[in-house]
Parts: sequence; structure tokens; C-alpha cells
Amino acid sequence: MQRIGVFVCHCGTNIAATVDVKKVVEMALHEPGVVHAEDYAYMCSEAGQELIHKAIKEKHLTGLVVCSCSPRMHETTFRNAAEKAGLNPYMVEIANIREHCSWIHKDIEEATEKAVILMRAAVAKVNLDAPLKPGESRVTKRALVIGGGIAGIQTALDIAEAGYPVDIVEKTPSIGGRMSQLDKTFPTLDCSSCILTPKMGEVNAHPLINIYTYSEVESVSGFVGDFTVEIRKKARSVDMNKCTGCGVCQEKCPSKKTPSEFNRGLSTRSAIYTPFAQAVPNVPVIDRDACIKFKTGKCGICSKVCQAGAIDYDQIDEIVTEKYGAIVVATGFDMIKLDKYDEYAYSQSKDVITSLELERIMNAAGPTGGHLERLSDGKPPKEMVFIQCVGSRCADDRGKSYCSKVCCMYTAKHAMLIRDKYPDTNVTVFYIDVRTPGKNFDEFYRRAVEDYGVNYIKGQVGKVIPQPNGKLLVQGADLLDNKQILKEADMVVLAAAIEPNPDVRKIATMLTASIDTNNFLTEAHAKLRPVESPTAGIFLSGVCQGPKDIPETVSQAGAAAVKAIGLLAKDKLLTNPCTAHSDELLCNGCSQCANVCPYGAITYEDKEVNDHGVRETRRIAVVNDALCQGCGACTVTCPSGAMDLQGFSNRQILAEVDAICR
Amino acid sequence: MQELINRAKELLADGTVARVLGWKAGDLPYNPEPAYFEKEEDFADFVYNGFCGANLSKYMIEASKLEGKTLVCLKPCDTYSFQELIKEHRVDRDKAYIIGVGCKGKLDIEKIRAMGIKGIKSISGAEIEDEAETLTIDTIYGEKSCAYKDAMLERCHVCKGKDHMIFDEIIGESKETKDADRFAEVEKIEAMSPEEKFAFFQKELSKCIRCNACRNVCPACSCRKCVFDSNKFDSSQKANVDSFEEKMFHIIRAFHVAGRCTDCGECSRVCPQGIRLHLFNRKFIKDINELYGEYQAGADLEPRTPLTNYDVEDAEPGIVAERG
Repeated sequence: MQRIGVFVCHCGTNIAATVDVKKVVEMALHEPGVVHAEDYAYMCSEAGQELIHKAIKEKHLTGLVVCSCSPRMHETTFRNAAEKAGLNPYMVEIANIREHCSWIHKDIEEATEKAVILMRAAVAKVNLDAPLKPGESRVTKRALVIGGGIAGIQTALDIAEAGYPVDIVEKTPSIGGRMSQLDKTFPTLDCSSCILTPKMGEVNAHPLINIYTYSEVESVSGFVGDFTVEIRKKARSVDMNKCTGCGVCQEKCPSKKTPSEFNRGLSTRSAIYTPFAQAVPNVPVIDRDACIKFKTGKCGICSKVCQAGAIDYDQIDEIVTEKYGAIVVATGFDMIKLDKYDEYAYSQSKDVITSLELERIMNAAGPTGGHLERLSDGKPPKEMVFIQCVGSRCADDRGKSYCSKVCCMYTAKHAMLIRDKYPDTNVTVFYIDVRTPGKNFDEFYRRAVEDYGVNYIKGQVGKVIPQPNGKLLVQGADLLDNKQILKEADMVVLAAAIEPNPDVRKIATMLTASIDTNNFLTEAHAKLRPVESPTAGIFLSGVCQGPKDIPETVSQAGAAAVKAIGLLAKDKLLTNPCTAHSDELLCNGCSQCANVCPYGAITYEDKEVNDHGVRETRRIAVVNDALCQGCGACTVTCPSGAMDLQGFSNRQILAEVDAICR
Repeated sequence: MQELINRAKELLADGTVARVLGWKAGDLPYNPEPAYFEKEEDFADFVYNGFCGANLSKYMIEASKLEGKTLVCLKPCDTYSFQELIKEHRVDRDKAYIIGVGCKGKLDIEKIRAMGIKGIKSISGAEIEDEAETLTIDTIYGEKSCAYKDAMLERCHVCKGKDHMIFDEIIGESKETKDADRFAEVEKIEAMSPEEKFAFFQKELSKCIRCNACRNVCPACSCRKCVFDSNKFDSSQKANVDSFEEKMFHIIRAFHVAGRCTDCGECSRVCPQGIRLHLFNRKFIKDINELYGEYQAGADLEPRTPLTNYDVEDAEPGIVAERG
């Protein structure tokens, strides 16, 4: 029989205001095996841990139940406290009476009843607990960064600077990401390329960084410290080693009608192309869907003009398998599709554009050579209207519930730049709120209003109507003056919401990293572990975790790098001893557990067993402790119950259920 | 039948197989039972007729451990179970010589009895060679008759097809006897309110006497030790805390065979209480078809099945709550 101590935490008033902690203590003393119970204001504090220490020593406790917050929060704290007092750390169970109870209930009586039940379940589990000892696993000292935008670039540079090799996997033909598409950056108005290009060059030249462009992560297996990743290097049709980047192939390519992804479809590109002039690597790819040679078998001009003989039509996708200790996700964002916002006439008029398209128009390397002009007739606009929050802060399911965070600032930037370069052009911004928290941000916005005369109107636009004369009639409301506004504009710019790159779902699934309803990757703790995924060894960098601007992205990228470095610096990791084992007398050898195991930890052996005197050779499941992550998928799949998880045995789970239903 | 016997004897004589797994005549004209035939003279008892519903694939688990090959007679639907057992490494393909036997639908004595035909002495028209559409039944009350089709097992009305999924040779012709939708009954139950469903299953399952026939006959229930017999789990000998405790047994059993059940219908055939156990299994099959795409367990040897495979496109777990 165990000698169990139950410790009930008040968590200040977090728990105590809703749960009668004294009652939980009193009820605990009636539970089988419980020899000690007490409550304290903050069990996790030094003083609280001291109480636990004292009780273990004085009452010779063999197991603990701490009724407190989520085990995600303080399980380690209490396990360490138990270990210090000489108890096996796996003899500690947490009854989560905060997140699962006090925070979600209002009625004290009901919450107390539930807290008692949760305590009872934990006691039932400790009664069947056995001491466990963690094993060790090695750490592969190499990191993978998924995504080659500014977030991925910065993370890779920081990790490499600490002396660890890094691979970047980028889906498109070049690194650079969204930032490479931007013209100027707020609040300092320095040119985006001017600050990004050197970093791209640095990454390219870094001896410890290896870049896989035009590549995608195909599969991920393994676990923290020892991931195995398959990377699909898509066939570039150009030999990376031979190409000199001279660009002749792109000039001579006769297929020039493919919309340029980089210019957001505002211009076209050749079938063999580099997305932009400063692309890294400066090696083109052949877009096989657009290439005449691939479509008809005739052409081959690029191959003829290539002095280096780099064109290789026979190239095929290549799968590279590499091991990593840490993986950083930096998959970034895209703008939402505007098909649900027909009222803004985006699909009807060429002169209604998104902010990212405006970035390209304003950029000297863009489709108009940096001249602000209407895409319909090439005339310079005299009246420009910006519409904020298109799909952001949206109450219905057309758009996103969140604030995209960057639009207020970039719109102020656009307005200011236009007023500066084209003083004759009037700029009007329709906004819900102007949000400028950030260093020098509000000053920047005020400059747009006060120094540059940008006309800000608080109110939303209801409709944009293309007129026969080519102008756009903007129908909006001025909420401060409480009047309807009808305004003729030459161009309308929509600040479309940003959303995580759609590929992130697939990647998150491969990594078993959790994502929220908006497809943003979830942090391990919103405040205290903001750059780590709850899945060990997976780190988050940039907008994949939530909307953020460049300075924030770069800081987070650095933070993710530090976390990854912290992991890579370790030689060994302690493994979770809660692993699965099969009972050879019950095992059917049916392979179902091996089929469901996400870690490939289960193999089969022909083993001679002695089943109550009957000796026979049977096919038995064997679990590799180093690979097993204790997810329990096998235990619930096993029809005969042969698979069992240490620390979460079938009996323990059933005992908990029984205790709850008692 | 004679062709089958001759071939079996031949394979036995030339040493290809060490024994034959088939059916021998039982005490009554309608209850042939699974049996091994090892010697020429054993075949005197050998039968293969309309009452040979028993799926012999499960017997191959034990037969796989014996010396030499076993000739096993499998009907088209039995071969699905056999393939499922190969997938789970429970039978050894190399230890089996499969004769795919023809099948034109198997008979259900309970259906004949339900027609008021009692005191049966003999039945003609059930022999496999016969193309008879009618069964002639000699009873102590005189001669009776009924349509073959009306006396067929429920499962034959939703026949999976006349093709054997795996075989070494085929003897006899098969006929697809499907004339009903196998999910029709499930749909009726799905349409019930939760209370009605509970009442329905309570009524159905409370008939259970826990004889374990369903479990023992089920090819998917092939665990070396069933969880209900193991003292490792507190479920083994739990007292009947309420009259509906059997629900635990049948529902857990249905979960255990979910995704592996080929819908062979043996559970319902052998249930002495006439519980329509196949309804549980079909509910799972229907859900799997709807959530993961059409799937027939045992139709192939692909080891990854809908419930033991993960795909990014898979339904989210919450779908269960949404569907009810």
C-alpha cells in the first residue's frame, strides 16, 4: 500500500476563490492510501515545496498528489521537489484543479465537488504508480529551418553563428520570402531589399548553412534531438553547379506569359526564371507547366543558348534524408483570397489592388518600374483610397477574427510615400482603429497625418463601384461626423488580412505540432514559452505563430534560434520513461501497433515463450525505448491489451475512470 | 461435392497436404460441423451443402501451427477473413492450400423454423449441385417446402460477391445472391433518438447469455487471450451491475474488431439468442466508408487500414461528436 500525501494549492485566489480547498483536503484524508493532506497558498513557491519536502520525510510518503495548475505548468517543479526529498519523481501526480476546474466554473459547490473528483482520480492513479527511471538519447547537432523568409534566414544565421550546422528548406526557387517583395519598411523607410539582400548573401555564404530551395519537407519521423527528415528537392531542370546565373536563358525563353508570382501576377515571367534579380541562389528553374519543351517536346532554346550547359531536362525530383536535433518552423504568411469581398470590386477593376500589389507597384524593380500608376490605363492616380481591415477583425466567417497587426503601419507608410513622391495625389484612409503600438510607430503615423496631410476617416467602406468613366465610386461612412461619404477615387488599395501559409497545416501534421483554429502554430505557453511548440524540439519563428512585423519577426527568430541552440548544445537528453511495453503472453503479433506507431518504435521478433507450460515460438511486438515517445496509440489499438504504457497503464487509466465514476 | 472430395483425396494422397479442413455431417440434417479429414475413410462423413455456413478461415490459426499443409475449403466471403488473418500474421499462407468452394447462398435453419416448419427429419434441395429454387423438407408432420431464397442467411442477402479473394484453385460455381442494402437497418437505427437507440440496444443485448459463441466464431476475435478472460484487466469478471452489463462486452467487442471485421456475419449466425450482432459491425463499417472512403476489410493484403493509418485529409476527431 502506498503512503500518499495530497497537497492542495490555492494559487492565490485562482483556485481558492472557486474551490473550497479545505474541503478537498478533508475529503482527501478519506481516500485509500492517503496519510497526509494539507493546503497552501502557493504550492510551487519555495515555502510550498518545503512543505512537501517535510511531509515526505516525516510521514515517509511513497507518492504525492498535487492539486494545482496544469501539469504543463508545474509537473516538473513538483517532480523535482519530490526527487530532492528522495522520492522517485514519477510517483507524483498532478490533479489539475485550476485550468480544468476553478477557471472554468463559477459555482463554488460544483467546482469543489469536481476538484474532489479530480483529486480522487489522481490518488487512484498514484496507488498504482511504480518508480520509473528515464533513459538517455543522443542529440544530432544540426538544425532544420523550414521557410527561407526573413524569419528563417535570421534563425539560421543565429544558429550557425553559435557553431551548429543548419539546413534551410524553402519551397520557392529563392530565399527571401515576403520581405523581398516589399518596397520600403516602416518606421524608418529604409528599402527592404537593401537590408534583406545582404542577409540573403550572408546565409548563402555561411559555411555552416546549407540551403535547399525549390524543395519541400516530405516527411518527418523521430523526436526531439533525433528527427529524420526527408526533403524533396524538386527538379529544377537546371544544374546548380554549372549555372553561372548569366540570365540569357530567361531572355531568350519564348514562353513569357506566365504570371509572375513575385510581382503578384501584375507582370509576366518566362518559363525558365529566377523570381527576382537578387534571388539566392541565382539559378533559374524551369516551370514545367509553362515550358514549351516540356509541353510539346519542341523548343529547347534555353539549352542551346546556355554557355555553361547547365540545362537538364531529364532532372528528376530527388529525396534527401537528413537527421536533425531541432526543427524551426518559419513558414510565414500570405494574404487572404478576396473572393468573399466582392463589394470592394477587386475582381472587377484592375485599379482595386491589395497592399502587397501596391508594394510591387511602388518598387523600382516592380511591374511599373516604381511609377505609381493605374493598372487599367497607366495614368497616375489623383485620388487614392485605402481600406483597412479587409478580412481582419472580422465578426463573420468571411474573414479572420484577429488583427493582422501590420496593416495600420504599412498603410501609413504607403500614404506617406505617395504624398511625398506625388504631392498632387490625395490620399484617404478608411479605418476602424489605427493601431500603432511599437517603438516610433505612433510618431510615424502622426507624421503621415500632420506632416503629409493624409486624410484619415474613421469608418468602413461599404462598397466600391467601378464607374463608366473608369473611376471608382467609394461608398463609406464617417463615423466621427456621422455622415455617409461618396467619393470618387482613381485607385483603391485593400489592406487584406494576412493568414498563415496554407502549407503549414501539412507541415504541422508531419511535426505533430499543434495549430489553432486560424492555422497559426500554437506556442508551448502563450507568455512564458512563446517560441516553442508544445512538441519538444520544434520551435516557432515569425508569422507562422501569429501576425507580426519585421522587427518583431527578427527578435522572435533570434529567440527561436537561442532555444534551438540550447537544445543542440546538450550531448544527451533524458528520455521519457513512460514508454510502451508488450506483454509477450498476450501479444498476438498482429502488427496493428506497429501500423499506428508514429515513431516507428515497434518491431517484431520471433520469440520462444512459455505460456503456462506450453512452449512455442511466437511473433511478439518489441518496443524500442529510445524511439517510443509514450503517445499511447499502440495501447489503445492493441485488441488484446498486450501493449501497456508505463506511467499510464491501462489499469491506471481504468482506476482513474472508476474513481471519477464512483 | 464429389469433385471436391475427389480432389481433396488426391491432394492428400500425393502428399501436397497433410489434412483437409472441411465440414462433416452433424447429428441433424442441418448442422454440419467443421472437421479435419486426414484419411481416405474419414471422407465418408464429408459434406458440403447449403448449411455449411461456418467460416473455416479462423481454424487455420491453429492449423498453421501443425506439421505440413492444410487444405482449407473457403467460400468467397470466407476468403476476406482469411486475408485479414494473413495481414495480422495469424495464419501462415504457406501452410494453407485453399480450395475456393462455390457458393450460392447459405441457409439459416432459424428462418425455416420461423416459417412454422418444425420436426424436421430431412431437407432436400440444399445440396450444392442442385440448382433447386425450392427446399423440400420432410418433417414429422409431413412434407413441407419453402423457397431457397427465403431460407437464406441474412448475410447472403447482402453478399459481397461471388469472387474468391485468395485461392489456390476453385471448385464449383458461385452466384451473387445480393438483393438488399446492408446498411438499410443501420440507417434506421441512426435515425433514432439517443433514447430510442439506447432502448433498442438494451432490448437486443439483454438477450445475451454470455455464451461467448460470437467471440469464439469471429475470425477477427483471434486474440491469444481475450481481454475479457484476462485477470490483467478488471473487466474480466465484473459482476452484472445492471441487467445491461452485456453492453460492455458487445460494444467493446465491436470496437476491437472495428476496421478488421469483414462483415462475414458469423456472429449473428451462431448467436443462440438471435441477437443481430452484425448491426454493430455494420455501423462501424458504414462510418469508416463515410469518413475514410469505401473500404472492405480483407479485400486486399495492404497492411495499413483506415483505422491504423493516418492521413492529413483524415476527419478530425471532433467529427464523431458532430455526427452523433
